[in-house]
Amino acid sequence: MSNIESVTQAEVPTAIGVPVSPESGHEKPRSLTGDAWEDLRRNWIFWTAAVLVVLVVVMSAFPSLFTSADPGSCALARQHKGPSGAALFGYDFQGCDVYARTVYGARNSVLISLIATTIAGLIGVIVGMAAGYFGGWVDALLARGIDIVLGIPTLLAAIVLARRLSSDPNESGFWAVALTLGVITWTTGARIMRSSVISAKNQDYVAAARMLGAGPGRLMIRHILPNAAAPFVVVLTILLGVNIATEATLTFLGVGLKGDAISWGIAISESAPYVTETARPLVWPSVFLALTVLAFIMLGDAIRDAFDPRLR
Amino acid sequence: MSQPVAKDVVLETSNLVKHFPITRGIVLQTQVGAVRAVDGVDLKLRRGETLGVVGESGCGKSTLAKLLVGLEKPTSGSIDVRGQDMTRLRGAELRRARRNIQMVLQDPYTSLNPRMTVGDIIGEPFDIHTEVVPRGERKQRVRELLDLVGLNPEHINRYPHQFSGGQRQRIGIARALALKPEIIVCDEPVSALDVSIQAQVINLLERLQDELGLSYIFIAHDLSVVRHIADRVAVMYLGKIVEIGVEDEIYERPTHPYTQALLSAVPVPDPTLRGQRDQIVLEGDVPSPANPPSGCRFRTRCWKAQDICAEQEPALTEREQSAHPSACHFAEERNVVHAVE
Amino acid sequence: MTDIKAEIDVLPGLDSSARLLDVENLHVEFRTQAGVARAINGVDIHLDPGETLAILGESGCGKSVTAQAIMGILDSPPGFVTKGAIRYRGVDLLKLPEEQRRKVRANHIAMIFQDALSALNPVFSIGFQLGELFRVHRGTSRQDARRRSIELLDLVKIPAARQRINDYPHQFSGGMRQRVMIAMALALDPKVLIADEPTTALDVTVQAQIMNLLAELRRERNMGLILITHDMGVVADVADRISVMYAGKVVEEAPVLDIYARPAHPYTKALLESIPRLDMKGQQLNVIKGLPPNLLRIPAGCPFHPRCAYARDVCRADPPPQQYDVAPARTARCHFWTEVVGDEPAGS
Repeated sequence: MSNIESVTQAEVPTAIGVPVSPESGHEKPRSLTGDAWEDLRRNWIFWTAAVLVVLVVVMSAFPSLFTSADPGSCALARQHKGPSGAALFGYDFQGCDVYARTVYGARNSVLISLIATTIAGLIGVIVGMAAGYFGGWVDALLARGIDIVLGIPTLLAAIVLARRLSSDPNESGFWAVALTLGVITWTTGARIMRSSVISAKNQDYVAAARMLGAGPGRLMIRHILPNAAAPFVVVLTILLGVNIATEATLTFLGVGLKGDAISWGIAISESAPYVTETARPLVWPSVFLALTVLAFIMLGDAIRDAFDPRLR
Repeated sequence: MSQPVAKDVVLETSNLVKHFPITRGIVLQTQVGAVRAVDGVDLKLRRGETLGVVGESGCGKSTLAKLLVGLEKPTSGSIDVRGQDMTRLRGAELRRARRNIQMVLQDPYTSLNPRMTVGDIIGEPFDIHTEVVPRGERKQRVRELLDLVGLNPEHINRYPHQFSGGQRQRIGIARALALKPEIIVCDEPVSALDVSIQAQVINLLERLQDELGLSYIFIAHDLSVVRHIADRVAVMYLGKIVEIGVEDEIYERPTHPYTQALLSAVPVPDPTLRGQRDQIVLEGDVPSPANPPSGCRFRTRCWKAQDICAEQEPALTEREQSAHPSACHFAEERNVVHAVE
Repeated sequence: MTDIKAEIDVLPGLDSSARLLDVENLHVEFRTQAGVARAINGVDIHLDPGETLAILGESGCGKSVTAQAIMGILDSPPGFVTKGAIRYRGVDLLKLPEEQRRKVRANHIAMIFQDALSALNPVFSIGFQLGELFRVHRGTSRQDARRRSIELLDLVKIPAARQRINDYPHQFSGGMRQRVMIAMALALDPKVLIADEPTTALDVTVQAQIMNLLAELRRERNMGLILITHDMGVVADVADRISVMYAGKVVEEAPVLDIYARPAHPYTKALLESIPRLDMKGQQLNVIKGLPPNLLRIPAGCPFHPRCAYARDVCRADPPPQQYDVAPARTARCHFWTEVVGDEPAGS
């Protein structure tokens, strides 16, 4: 009987979702975005994530607001000293202030992730839109392209690419890492974009606009993109977090940021060997990293839920 | 007026055909067949007239609508609007010609862009056809259109989801009216609406026709609604028109077996007629339009079928037993709508 | 192996002299973020063997929710039955533990839905899904289950049942799928069949086939049939009695001939006058103004008063009393039913 029981709520949505009529109600006019905002306003996960994200962004823009210490001033004499009023999280192997280095490390992590995600977003939007809108052989070609890039193990490709892009040991590797990440991580966004463009372009309102004589540009920008963008934006938000983590991984593996650069990845990588002596220099940047990644992912999730009309 | 009848024809299709190719492969495509969605349709629509097109799912009526408004390109045949063949026009000429034939879609929930305000939706035709209304007057025109379809002009900045289904359908109608077309193709315009709302929209369409002198092509599966609104009716089966005539001829004196079966299956809201009407129950399903039967396409389900039906396709023409065009070798009147005896 | 008798006897308190189905003062609400939607506000319906009861109404009137409450398949949360009783042969289903309700669903009350495609599991063959019912509920052997499945497909007039039993749902046409679903619903020989808009998605010629089939099966098996629909034409063709629902209440209940000849509620009357008829030419359609009510804000007094041509002050203030004796076996929830019944139908 399970099959018969499994179809139940056929009419429940309509039963309660009697449309709001402007005549009978006195609701203020609200857009989809307005509704989503109403949803988000009451969502504590959204607020937690948003506060964390804002903190991290401010931290990377103005690290001096959070610490007066110089992350570059290190003294071996302070090696692995415990926390104190001057250095909240104590000192690392090199005798540098762990708190200061963690605060200053945010900038590289966040900037690299931002640049990488922007690159991934641009490629994703163009490829996804083209594949979804034009269909046919364009789609076949681009979809295979996406599959190929997806088929390559991300980390392996990143290692190889980052190596090739920054062969000069004196460079920090900042752009190399950002570019590498961008070029490798666009596929998820492109796929999401493609599928939401396909579903949006088959909507009746697109047909209605085509019938009025609207050209491809108008159809894409006015009708398809606004209705297809929400899931894509969510993926990008999540990607921001993921890219911060991947940057740290690359750096940890020695193919990311190098030399004097300060970043969470470097901090984790450098203090890992001494974890048996003192865990603090490893734990604090890791906590910051994990919280930041989590914040972006939670933010993305909350926004996705708010924009999904089916959940309303 | 003593104008010749031909002048009154606003739309005419001749031998209109749409085949959708069935292909294999993605990059190197080979055609393995074709779905004959519309297969040789001749129609005439006169000024101020409503032509109903009825038929069951898969009969090609929706494809026909798309062909008429230019959403699909015909495989062959012509669509003449006021003497101009739409299928031959290109560029600016085509855009101008298109203004004259607009469409109201079935689903009021999906046919309006949820991220645009009502003002933007109804005003979009003016953005695309910039020559119609000067920029400064567009908002005013949109308000007039809202008023015309019975909506509050103050609601110009609201979004579609703030309206009920019936009100959204009015928005769709206002959009179709924006460019002052002569012809409106209505594709199932009330079938997604609640029973108590349908009459509102039907009456609105009738009022607009009277006020603006519109011609409608009214496509629907609900034969009762079509009888109410249409002056003439075309019955389609597997991509072809099998019978066409004025409303009275089709409903009171149908001569094609398919029309008869279709009409007899429609329930009438009157329990005293139960068991009193002539009921024809068709066997089997509609054959695939990719591989239609030879000769008469209805013969596989027809109780009158003879050898000739498989060999020779019956033409849509007046016959000895049918005063109006009927595509059946054995056309004959039969009362299926009212109680018999 | 359990036999059929043993299964049915599991239900304690079953009284074969009690009414087949008796729903009394049923209340259902949906607790949503936007507020409490009162979907059903005191519904009374009853059903006897061999009878067809039509529940007629527009979307949001509560007709499907009523069916789901009877079946015990309300999506809960957000849906909750807050008051009332659903008695099947004297047993209040709402008081039964879930395990026993499941047995009732399988053996006594079955339901078919509008969308047969999504009601059938696409990855199993029709034969497997039918056979599963016998194997799980009756402990039938695999071979026996197959034989009985073929019998069922024959019963619902699927041609070449023996060959088609291994086909998958997508290989059937819409009408044939609906037949398969009817076969599944009838597999365990229920006494009550609820059909929720069974033909709304089908073409009119197929609709006629399915309605004929349902009527025939009901007659042969002496089942009670509840037909949920918005189509006044279908109802006129098959129903014995009609309950018209509006805003979660039965506003009028009457034998089919009476309700079409002399509706006693303004809503029924207005609906009848607003639908075009196949056999009428140049008919004037009467428009029902306004919209069906928002269940979050049902109007005070009579819920239909904002759209009603008969409405007066009393309608805005007081909900019409439970019932009036319009005629034997007739009820209407309207202060002015005598006027409504007395008026000649408009537009004919």
